[in-house]
Amino acid sequence: MADLTTKIDRLQLKNPVMLASGTCGFAEEINDFYDVSQLGGIFLKGTTPRNRDGNLYPRMAETPSGMLNAVGLQNKGIDYFIENIYPRIKNYDTPLIVNVNGSTVEEYIEVTEKVNELDKIPAIELNISCPNVKEGGMAFGVTCPGAEAVTREVRKAYGKTLIVKLSPNVTDVSEIAKAVEGQGADSVSLVNTFVGMAIDSETRKPLLSTVTGGLSGPAIKPVALRMVWQVSSAVKIPVIGMGGIMNTADAVEFLLAGATAIQVGTAVFKDPFIPLQIIEGLKSYLERHNMHSMSEIVGGLQL
Amino acid sequence: MGKKLVSDFLVLNNIPLNSTNYLIKLQAPGTLPPIFPGQFVNIDIKSASEIFLRRPFSVFEVDNTENTLSVIVKILGRGSKKLTEITPGEKLSLIYPLGKHFTFPGKSEKILAVGGGSGLAPMLFLAKESKLPAGNIDIVIGARSASDHVELESYKKYGKIHLTTEDGSLGTKGFVTDHPLLKNDIERYDKVYACGPVGMMKAVAGLAKNAGVFCEVSLENLMACGFGVCLCCIEPTVKGNLCVCTEGPVFNINELKWQI
Repeated sequence: MADLTTKIDRLQLKNPVMLASGTCGFAEEINDFYDVSQLGGIFLKGTTPRNRDGNLYPRMAETPSGMLNAVGLQNKGIDYFIENIYPRIKNYDTPLIVNVNGSTVEEYIEVTEKVNELDKIPAIELNISCPNVKEGGMAFGVTCPGAEAVTREVRKAYGKTLIVKLSPNVTDVSEIAKAVEGQGADSVSLVNTFVGMAIDSETRKPLLSTVTGGLSGPAIKPVALRMVWQVSSAVKIPVIGMGGIMNTADAVEFLLAGATAIQVGTAVFKDPFIPLQIIEGLKSYLERHNMHSMSEIVGGLQL
Repeated sequence: MGKKLVSDFLVLNNIPLNSTNYLIKLQAPGTLPPIFPGQFVNIDIKSASEIFLRRPFSVFEVDNTENTLSVIVKILGRGSKKLTEITPGEKLSLIYPLGKHFTFPGKSEKILAVGGGSGLAPMLFLAKESKLPAGNIDIVIGARSASDHVELESYKKYGKIHLTTEDGSLGTKGFVTDHPLLKNDIERYDKVYACGPVGMMKAVAGLAKNAGVFCEVSLENLMACGFGVCLCCIEPTVKGNLCVCTEGPVFNINELKWQI
């Protein structure tokens, strides 16, 4: 019997298939389709200290094998989450992870301290890689000193599992990964979206209100996979891989490259059942290869 | 749990209505849940790998005994073009039912349904499901030219149908808002509904607002998911930015921040 259980720091996961922040709302939207307790974990929509309206419409453009988005962290703020959303979702039987955002180190700490009080949230994902906000976000994630500073301060305020979400919009992502590992991160997740743009050749106007946005989907998969491979070779903490995963084979590629677990993101827009299909696919992959546990796949790239 | 579904539907037929509109009838693999006028489905055009995202379509007709539904597809871009090339026997993956439906009219109310382009689909669906006598329903459908209109004979039993064309080749010349029922008589109605291009809906909304008549419109902002997780299809409203896919697509005009 194939055993898909996976461990990320102190998080015990039923399987390594999790939903990526910003593509699964606050889990309820996916629970409208099926019981989300079947999933390995759920990274909730990015949350800031206070309400954010996000960017102007249009925020989305379809591109070859993917899409650009420029949502800009629209959310109602951490207090609204705690009062209105958390009570409805806290009993889902799968790890719920809050994606923490801020414009300043102080704002990251403000959200973290509030999340720390929530019994049913076993981990946070520190988002230092959002490309669609003017302040904070990716600004912290593209330099080692920036990434170190925010990770160090949040680490002081948070005792549970701290996952740092990394930006691919850097020269050497493994340097950033090592920097946050050095400041006490328990895990890194990568990659967030790539900064891109699209233009309507007829109107000569950008397709996004913000001109640039974040590219996701299968278009980014080979680059994301290379980055996951580089980072998992460079750090000792577990790596959560993502970027264009659409099916079981894609997920296995990330695991072979060294990811302990994976997140499915943009694929959920196409079909919210894809994560469940990957869970089933991983079981049959293990059986087909006469393997019994996830540790036999993770980092199993044959060079 | 289980309120929304993803299933492969069988294409029963794909009939051209005119040069740019196609009527596609689809059969669900099991029991079709209730679907109401204004709700939509999000269709995956699997045969075209270059079309990455699904395309949303307002439901046109539902038959819960046959477990079938129909959509009218107007060719607007690459995705809709590909969809109109589908043939009977092929399958299409649908996410359904999505969005909120129009507010049904009360008993013995008089309603005006205004459709432009493929926006006529939910208007005719509403007329059919409104349970009102045909005499209580006026349907105004606008198009650029006579050849852009579709055959509506079978809908005459649900309401009185009025056509407009911009070039005057059929019905009243001008936009739908040039039709006397909108221009002069809109205050006679208890409820006005509109679906079509934004400019058209804003014009109808402006007339309804001035007359103080209840008015709902159906928006079609670009969306990636259709079920409230991508936050791309937002519309500014008095309650902040709302997702058209889950909080709409039907909105009361008083909720919107339109300059009308």
